[in-house]
Amino acid sequence: MVKTAPWLRITLRVVVIGYLVLLVAWPVGLVARHAFAGGFGFFVHALTEPNVQHALQLTLIATFGSVVINTVFGVTISLIIVRNEFPGKRLLSALLDIPLSVSPVVVGLALLLVYNPRDSWFGSGLAKAGIQIIFSTPGIILATVFVALPLVIREVVPTLQEIGDEQEWAARSLGASAPQTFWRITLPSIKWAVVYGVVLTLARSLGEFGAVKIVSGNIVGATQTTTLVVEERYQNFDQPTAFALAFVLAAAAVTCIVVVAILRPQNTEA
Amino acid sequence: MTVATTTSPRRAARNRRPAASVRRLGGSGSLALGVSLTWFSLLVLIPLAAVLVQATTGGWEGFVDVLSNPQTTAAIRLTVLSAAVVTLINVAIGPAIAWVLTRDRFRGAAVLDVIIDIPFALPTIVAGLVLLALYGPQSPLQVNVANTETAVYFALAFVTLPFVVRTVQPVLEELDVDVEEASSSLGATPFTTFRRILLPSLVPAIAAGASMSFARGISEYGSLVLLSGNVPFKTEVASVRVVSYIEGGDTASAAVVASILLLVGLLVILALDVIQRRVAQRG
Repeated sequence: MVKTAPWLRITLRVVVIGYLVLLVAWPVGLVARHAFAGGFGFFVHALTEPNVQHALQLTLIATFGSVVINTVFGVTISLIIVRNEFPGKRLLSALLDIPLSVSPVVVGLALLLVYNPRDSWFGSGLAKAGIQIIFSTPGIILATVFVALPLVIREVVPTLQEIGDEQEWAARSLGASAPQTFWRITLPSIKWAVVYGVVLTLARSLGEFGAVKIVSGNIVGATQTTTLVVEERYQNFDQPTAFALAFVLAAAAVTCIVVVAILRPQNTEA
Repeated sequence: MTVATTTSPRRAARNRRPAASVRRLGGSGSLALGVSLTWFSLLVLIPLAAVLVQATTGGWEGFVDVLSNPQTTAAIRLTVLSAAVVTLINVAIGPAIAWVLTRDRFRGAAVLDVIIDIPFALPTIVAGLVLLALYGPQSPLQVNVANTETAVYFALAFVTLPFVVRTVQPVLEELDVDVEEASSSLGATPFTTFRRILLPSLVPAIAAGASMSFARGISEYGSLVLLSGNVPFKTEVASVRVVSYIEGGDTASAAVVASILLLVGLLVILALDVIQRRVAQRG
């Protein structure tokens, strides 16, 4: 421990705590208070309203889709990138990070341009085939998958690089098939990285707002997700419901990061 | 949270393995790569390309036309200004937070660590609502910034909080505290120790965190919707402009503003890549 001058240490500590309390801790705490201002009965009542129920269901569907698709895609592409050599590998791994630095509204616009049923590259053809993407559930899932895409990859790639491939080679040379090697050797050793990636994807997907707002059309009781209901209710002066839903989303998000915080230190050594 | 760090010692040991262990793509590997690339193109690359294509439908004049619309100009100016100011705030407070987290031990320090991650995990619309609870019409502090320009800064400071902290923290953890001690025992003031000993090793991390914070600030939408009120010429930012263009059916103009946001995002990725390679070379 550095022997920094006590006055400096205390000043820094106070400034940092003050900043974090005023910017994050206090406001987040207030949401909990607002959510239960009308009592627990009202809180439950707000969450069981049919339109709210529908929105919560839609959010769960989109989150589930996003987690499954991004986990399968993320693990596959991570394995390909780390364990193989092919032209354009560096470019691909840079491109995979793009979704994290694109504004959600740009994501929404991009999907809208390509998949809208009227005048788009793919959407018109799909619409003729009876598949509607924009203003319906598939579009909401696509937008959610897009924004959370790199999270699993960013956890799995460094772990794969670190564990190396001796064990995989050993398994293969002892006669294990490729799927056997994956399930018995590779997957167990990247297990925690996949778990972190899934938790982060979960948190990101539950809360997506901008991209979903554009592709979903924001139709009450049909294509409205939970975050969209929060906006609608707040603007229509139904603040108690807005705060109740915000509390549910915030609780889910905080649970996710606490889970990661608890799991991570134990496994950095492994 | 997951900022690519420089090569760890263990990884360096791996790198000594002969290059022969790297496989060439086999049949099933090529198939998996093909399917993955197709999915990635359909989901990400083609739609983003469509934004750029749509932005150029009006030609150069159309482009200039959209950008010289006074309301759009005002929105872009506010976006760049607020993202820059908030990034400066993060550059100042971020390393201080990281220092307290790594060098100061006190009860509740672990809680601070979790608080830093909250803005990452919290849905953006909830972030806006959260700030309204303390700085809105019913503020217990009697501070109401709702629908003012200040609200934009509050929202951006909230959502960009973790970037600089989380890039600087691992670097501080790896730095030897002995050097700091030696410096102060030889009579250097805390400020000199910071400037001469700590700062040089932290600059790449701070730069990386700052560029991520700027990129996030430029593109922020959700947290501003409820908090800033989206008042034209006053609190309206670029992403809100994009949404109102889309809602008005003018996807061409939306694409022009969106492509600017997109290009800034790409520039940041590029800058990060350069910074990280520099650091890797030095390490």
